[in-house]
Amino acid sequence: MINIEYFIKGALCSRKFDSPAIALGASFIAIGALLKNLGFTIQESIFSTVLTYALPGSLVMAESMLIGASLLNIFLAVWLVNSRLYPMTVSIMPLLKHESQPRWKYYLSCHFVAVSSWLILKGNYEEIEKKYRIDFWIGIGTATWLIAIFSTVLGYYAADFLNKDMIIGLTIVNPIYFMCAMIGVMKTIQLSSAIILGVILGPIFYFISPEWSVLIGGVTAGTLAYLIGEKYGN
Amino acid sequence: MAINIILIILVTSFATYISRFLGALTSEKIGETSKIYKWFNCVAYSTLAALISRILIFPSGDLSDVHYSLRIIVILLSILIFYVTKRNLVYPTVLSAIILAGLNGFAV
Repeated sequence: MINIEYFIKGALCSRKFDSPAIALGASFIAIGALLKNLGFTIQESIFSTVLTYALPGSLVMAESMLIGASLLNIFLAVWLVNSRLYPMTVSIMPLLKHESQPRWKYYLSCHFVAVSSWLILKGNYEEIEKKYRIDFWIGIGTATWLIAIFSTVLGYYAADFLNKDMIIGLTIVNPIYFMCAMIGVMKTIQLSSAIILGVILGPIFYFISPEWSVLIGGVTAGTLAYLIGEKYGN
Repeated sequence: MAINIILIILVTSFATYISRFLGALTSEKIGETSKIYKWFNCVAYSTLAALISRILIFPSGDLSDVHYSLRIIVILLSILIFYVTKRNLVYPTVLSAIILAGLNGFAV
């Protein structure tokens, strides 16, 4: 079924010193505390991270609940903010494809697509034989997912001991980590322009539509970067 | 309320899983070296970059209570620390939390 050796290899990637697990853990501690303050029980908080496992989506859910949004509004807001997962999934699945592997592995393991696991895979997949990359990926995904669940529980119970400044400190960890990680991957003209244009266009489109800014900004920036890379990249 | 929360969680996770599942379906016909793959890769990085900069510039939740000048100071310091520590990801991340929590404690 799943090759244990590669599964463990993937899972252990989260143990590296500069692994995205730190950012992931800190931000889900903040989520756990937030959910508790929103009136979630511990079971509901765990259920939420287990099923959603996407930070901006959980934040949007929490905010929508605070303003008393309808279910349809919550659905649309979460879908929009998490639609980045679509290009992210498309940009890793072809790396994991192998004809000997069953499809259910791909359909189930796409649940693990999140920034941290995605970055771990992007940074390590080349060392893994293509046949076993999906098992390696399932290992990465399981470990990061468990870290998120564990951190949610930790945050939930720590909520009473965390003051506002500490929570604010925890919430900045995630964007700062991924900002630095993004600067770190700017190695080709195409990727550098994709990231720089995304950083600029995302906030610009925010003035036109806050909800659609990430999606429209991302697609526009990505398309421009693709064209720039095709023209000047080689 | 209890039923509501469960329903909200289910709706949230469904709205999230759709994009992941459609991504898995779409990628079945896409080769690793194709042009469309390259385009998707660019869009993935751009969308992430757009999301991160939106979170830092127009934050929601607790982070929005922090004055924007403080956020800019922390962003610039983190980038500086990232380069000074030879592109280490841990130092800027951990220090950004401590600096922001500290500065915000003073500012209020």
